Amino acid sequence: MSAVALKAVLAAQNPSAHPAAAAAPALLRFITCGSVDDGKSTLIGRLLFDAKLVHDDQLDALGRDSRRFGTQGDKLDLALLVDGLSAEREQGITIDVAYRYFATPRRSFIVADTPGHEQYTRNMATGASTADLAIILIDARKGVLPQTRRHSFIVSMLGVRHVVVAVNKMDLVGFDRAVFEGIVAQYRHMAGGLGFATITPIPISALEGDGVAGRSPNMPWHAGPTLFEHLESVDVAGAVQLAARFRMPVQWVNRPNLDFRGFAGTIAGGAVSPGDEVAILPGGRRSRVARIVTQDGDLAEAVAAQAVTLTLADEVDVSRGDVIVAVDDALTARRAFAARLLWMSDRPLASGAELTLRLGASSATARVAIAGAVDIHSFEIHAADALAMNEVGIATIALDRAVALTDYAEDRELGAFILVDRVSGDTVALGLVDAGAVRLVRSVSGDGVPSASPGRSRHWVKVALDRLAPGGWPQIVEEASWRALASLAVAALVQLTFADWRITAAAALAEALLRPILRLAHQAAWRSFERQRIARGHYDAEGSGI
Amino acid sequence: MIQLTHLQKLEAEAIHIIRETVATCDNPVMLYSIGKDSAVLLHLALKAFYPGRLPFPVLHVDTTWKFREMIAFRDQRAQELGLDLIVHVNQDGVRAGVNPFDSGSRAHTDVMKTQALRQALDAHKFDAAFGGARRDEEKSRAKERVFSLRSAEHRWDPKAQRPEPWRLYNTRKRPGESFRVFPLSNWTELDVWDYVARENIPVVPLYFAAPRPVVERDGALIMRDDDRMALREGEVVQTRMVRFRTLGCYPLTGAVESTAATLPEIIAEMRGSRSSERQGRIIDHDGAGSMEQKKQEGYF
Repeated sequence: MSAVALKAVLAAQNPSAHPAAAAAPALLRFITCGSVDDGKSTLIGRLLFDAKLVHDDQLDALGRDSRRFGTQGDKLDLALLVDGLSAEREQGITIDVAYRYFATPRRSFIVADTPGHEQYTRNMATGASTADLAIILIDARKGVLPQTRRHSFIVSMLGVRHVVVAVNKMDLVGFDRAVFEGIVAQYRHMAGGLGFATITPIPISALEGDGVAGRSPNMPWHAGPTLFEHLESVDVAGAVQLAARFRMPVQWVNRPNLDFRGFAGTIAGGAVSPGDEVAILPGGRRSRVARIVTQDGDLAEAVAAQAVTLTLADEVDVSRGDVIVAVDDALTARRAFAARLLWMSDRPLASGAELTLRLGASSATARVAIAGAVDIHSFEIHAADALAMNEVGIATIALDRAVALTDYAEDRELGAFILVDRVSGDTVALGLVDAGAVRLVRSVSGDGVPSASPGRSRHWVKVALDRLAPGGWPQIVEEASWRALASLAVAALVQLTFADWRITAAAALAEALLRPILRLAHQAAWRSFERQRIARGHYDAEGSGI
Repeated sequence: MIQLTHLQKLEAEAIHIIRETVATCDNPVMLYSIGKDSAVLLHLALKAFYPGRLPFPVLHVDTTWKFREMIAFRDQRAQELGLDLIVHVNQDGVRAGVNPFDSGSRAHTDVMKTQALRQALDAHKFDAAFGGARRDEEKSRAKERVFSLRSAEHRWDPKAQRPEPWRLYNTRKRPGESFRVFPLSNWTELDVWDYVARENIPVVPLYFAAPRPVVERDGALIMRDDDRMALREGEVVQTRMVRFRTLGCYPLTGAVESTAATLPEIIAEMRGSRSSERQGRIIDHDGAGSMEQKKQEGYF
């Protein structure tokens, strides 16, 4: 059918159809994933098209593009509605995650169309990180593929609880019920341990439209919902886990004049009102909320996801990266934790790597020790000390400063992080805080956890300097001059008291040298104790708490 | 507990992005194109830093071919809000006589918009520039990041974009590199109008239908905003009831026939519309993938 004819049909079918319906009360964010050529982009094109969301000028452009790049002969190639980059059109694949926005009278939707190629798994994971639901596409001719397993695993790891198994290209297998049911059984077996709350199988043909918007006359045997029916009605309440108690990472300190000092941030969980007792992490300093300031006037209450500015009743020291929490919140700041990582760089990650961690509004230097890697076929964890691109691993991470964080399963905002390469600036890993992860490796491999900081002895001088003065040379100079001054003062005092130059020299030397050495030794002992605790799977607070 | 509406969530997300930029970049600037998206962006930025003032200047890249009403509106808003407004014109282009009629829309856009933008960013050493672009506008924009990294030469590499999971933005850049930051990425055209209505944000009157002098040219209704636009043979200036869905250089922006003269009428009209917003933008149709190419060259 030509674009013009289609337009006519559309106009006749639905004279009041329009590309952006009234804002529906509920928003559903979903992703489509699956292997290459399973028809993900075609499906999204089909969803937009069937929801009457394709504009006339876009249809004209689609007609032109279909003739030029299309893979469907004379038909419209609906995938071209979403594959926007030239390279994608030329190669007929999706490279990058594309976001689409549409609404029906019942709901509004944000769709992330994610690539199927293994090479672009990171883009798929990015789409999954904010999704409430995932459509896993499976080609009816091919069944469950390695990429289906990989995507299902990553989707599950990122906390997506609702899955639609869309068995596509049913037209190419004669709409055969047995084929559909075989694939669904295969999928359910594979995904048994992934913890999905719902798995909804739907047979479709994205190309022909069967099972997408309307019931398919070709598949009367399918009693379940069509894809549209399901997307419009599925209940995903509570799909995103947020903290119950008030938590707000401080993004920016607002000091327009001497009389105002506000802490701006987006509330990560819970609610806050003026008068509430709060604590500031790390450190645990306490105060009360004085005002919730917005341009629209002060608020009596603010809740998760709101961007606000708080003022506190006391003059407490708060800066970017600190987290303001309800005073009885269990959140703590830590210097070491266990996590799951998705490695996204083509240069493998080796134990001992130093990267920059970004979590909430915090930033810290992170040293990574890999404990294990996940086998994408069996979902089993085996011991490993390096991760290749697109591999999922388990690691312990030691930070140069305490950061308030918690398990991803409890709090998506303060349990999620990225790792950034310190030279290229690239985002190289996506991470989830997971206290139980290391225990999992131990139970599988039985050989304990590699040391958190290999290579330490080779660079002990540098490490010692780092420990004493993480601030670099300015701090070293400051530290040294302070030592010299303190030592002189002690010497003067001892000389005045005892008038014996040997006692004076000993005291001065002890002040200048012995104290820093003792401090280092104590730190080293404490850190080794802490590492053992992590290896044993204990995650008590360290650094600071309330 | 309070339930946030979709619009409140979008607002919070945009404010979060704007604050993140100011907290992590040294010298940000807001690109102000005078359109409805810029109006919303500016409004959100004022909210983000309240009770403080806007902690960055506002930059308008003037091609010298904007509607006169746009320029008047710009100057008025800058004065009312006390903005630190920078207006940049590519004087090389002016001297060379580049204009949309003789040079063609492509060359005009490249010289007077893309090159001009690069000149202004380089001259002031801005390391982050906010823009009001939305992912729903155009296919290559659908793949754009919120923090979009540009090389020292301002090039966009669509194949080497940083993953942007959750709302964790990687704001690290090397010397010379800069960001284009898009706080309205997840907004749709309808969201923008709903927000303009909810917040009472002033917008250029050209968005509202009025009798205006237009010429039919190459299938588009072009408003003859001044006599620099010479009439071709057979062309006549007619007064028609029109409005604009998007605003750019007047010779390159098609009007739509409409009677929608108020915000509710505009929103109602849009809900029933069968054509997309950028349809009136002639520069988008210079060839398949042309927006992507312009973006790679440094266009917003």
